Amino acid sequence: MKQREYLWAYSFIAAPILGFLLFAFIPLSYSVYVSFTDYSGYQTPVFNGGDNYVKLVQDELFWKTLRNTLYSALSIPIGMICSLGFATALNQKIRGIRFFRTMFFLPTISSVIALTLLWKWIFNDTYGLLNHLLELIGIQGPAWLSSERWAMPAMIIQGVWSGLGINIVLYLAALQGVPRSFYEAAEIDGANGWQRFRHITVPCISPTTLYILITAIIGALQDYPRFQIMTEGGPNYSTTTIVYYLFQNAFRYMNMGFASSMAWILGFIILAVTLLNFYFSRRWVHYE
Amino acid sequence: MSTRIPTASGPWVSHKQAKERTFKGFAYLFLSAGALVMAVPFLWMLSTSLKQQGMEFEMPPKWIPQHLEWSNYHFVLFESDIVQGFVNTLLIILLPCLVGLFTSALAAYAFARLQFPARNLLFGLLLATMMIPGVVTMIPTFMLFKTIGWIDSWMPLIIPGMFGAAAAVFLLRQFFMTIPKELEDAAKVDGMNPFHTFLRIMLPLSKPALITQGLLNFIAGYNDYLGPLIYINSPEKYTLQLVLASFQGFYTSQWTYIMAGSVLALIPTLLVFFFAQKYFVEGIALTGMKG
Repeated sequence: MKQREYLWAYSFIAAPILGFLLFAFIPLSYSVYVSFTDYSGYQTPVFNGGDNYVKLVQDELFWKTLRNTLYSALSIPIGMICSLGFATALNQKIRGIRFFRTMFFLPTISSVIALTLLWKWIFNDTYGLLNHLLELIGIQGPAWLSSERWAMPAMIIQGVWSGLGINIVLYLAALQGVPRSFYEAAEIDGANGWQRFRHITVPCISPTTLYILITAIIGALQDYPRFQIMTEGGPNYSTTTIVYYLFQNAFRYMNMGFASSMAWILGFIILAVTLLNFYFSRRWVHYE
Repeated sequence: MSTRIPTASGPWVSHKQAKERTFKGFAYLFLSAGALVMAVPFLWMLSTSLKQQGMEFEMPPKWIPQHLEWSNYHFVLFESDIVQGFVNTLLIILLPCLVGLFTSALAAYAFARLQFPARNLLFGLLLATMMIPGVVTMIPTFMLFKTIGWIDSWMPLIIPGMFGAAAAVFLLRQFFMTIPKELEDAAKVDGMNPFHTFLRIMLPLSKPALITQGLLNFIAGYNDYLGPLIYINSPEKYTLQLVLASFQGFYTSQWTYIMAGSVLALIPTLLVFFFAQKYFVEGIALTGMKG
């Protein structure tokens, strides 16, 4: 009887487990090997020890793309603060909540390509909407995407704008889960609005904050298509992210081995950041 | 939009109520400003898509063009590959969406309800795939598919998705755990086997969860750019997103076409979201909450 149930269960989970082996485990194992070889994607890989990794550490461009990626991740705290603000406002008993939610959610359901093409034009220094609007308030806007200094800030603005929707929905759900009685008790104790926000709301929604933080960091470290469309990594590599560089090496210069070693370094960075996140989260995340 | 103060407390509004009213006022102001920032780019997209060529660079921009140039849409629909791309996209995402949803649900049910050795270990293994950064698997998966001759075919975009996805298994498992166990016990007494129970009882009950997950899969598949970019070379096999991206090269200065194409590409997901907003928001909230 028990055995029969086991058999059913195993046949039920067979597909995802097989998928895991075929499309995650086997490729991963192979890529460890490839990262230690010279491989163009055409001939057989030639083992070259840790050459790829040595080359990588000495590669100035790699470090630059790493710094760029970290710089682009500035969109995470900015986006989180904005979305918490909007979610708090949405959490009032107000009319038109569906309308506002839809507006903020629009970029989330739109394709990255359409949005990126759109913003590419918005940022255009002569014909773009942004500089026109800035002019209306008397500011001479920069040549956003073609200036080394402003290209990344432009990408950050676009990143914050397009990421708001999903974070607002997550925060709104969390805010609605905070027990009302907490606020009432605090009010009786004479806590003002800011104090209630700081000492009740923020701790109560901290699991969601952690979730957003972790997924956003993993996403930001792998951000790629919008950079390719909007700036092609330029000017002067100022918006080449690490994944962009990896992609170029793998599919343009056909350095699959080198690109694989880069993927693994990035993989370890992501893993380390995630673990650190979990480690420090014990100090600020409160579960019921 | 005005906020009415309940009249039960008489014509005098208490200090607290007045404060709440001010706060609400600020909330509206803040939200409206935010909504405007979100809307302006889309309105510009729409407005540009209806402009005559040559008028799109006019500054200050005319938000409502004097002459609505519908021929931009005509051009994009009939002279570009956008319809072909749309059909290709639908063909590609149909099987992964439906079959993947089914296999994910089946596995989720087993992990939620059935007893078997190494259950937690296998579930953990599956969850680990969610942690592996996509870039690490990108190159070796590409080489794997190259070895079996799947490059420049739709196979890499269709087949893996049919095996189900860890995130979907995770979300659906959460739903199944909330369904009362008595229902299944009754089915067992009636002599139903686990597959029957799943098909007849669990699936119908979890319709909202399935719809949520199906929609998420649809939108993700529809908007996917990286997958097709890596695997597809022949223009006739391009997905909608690749066609859209190629506009940039083909019609370098024709922003009116690019914007018309973008508006057209947006319509399907917009409709899906509009009609299923309730499930959508619920599902997303749930995945997030359990993270």
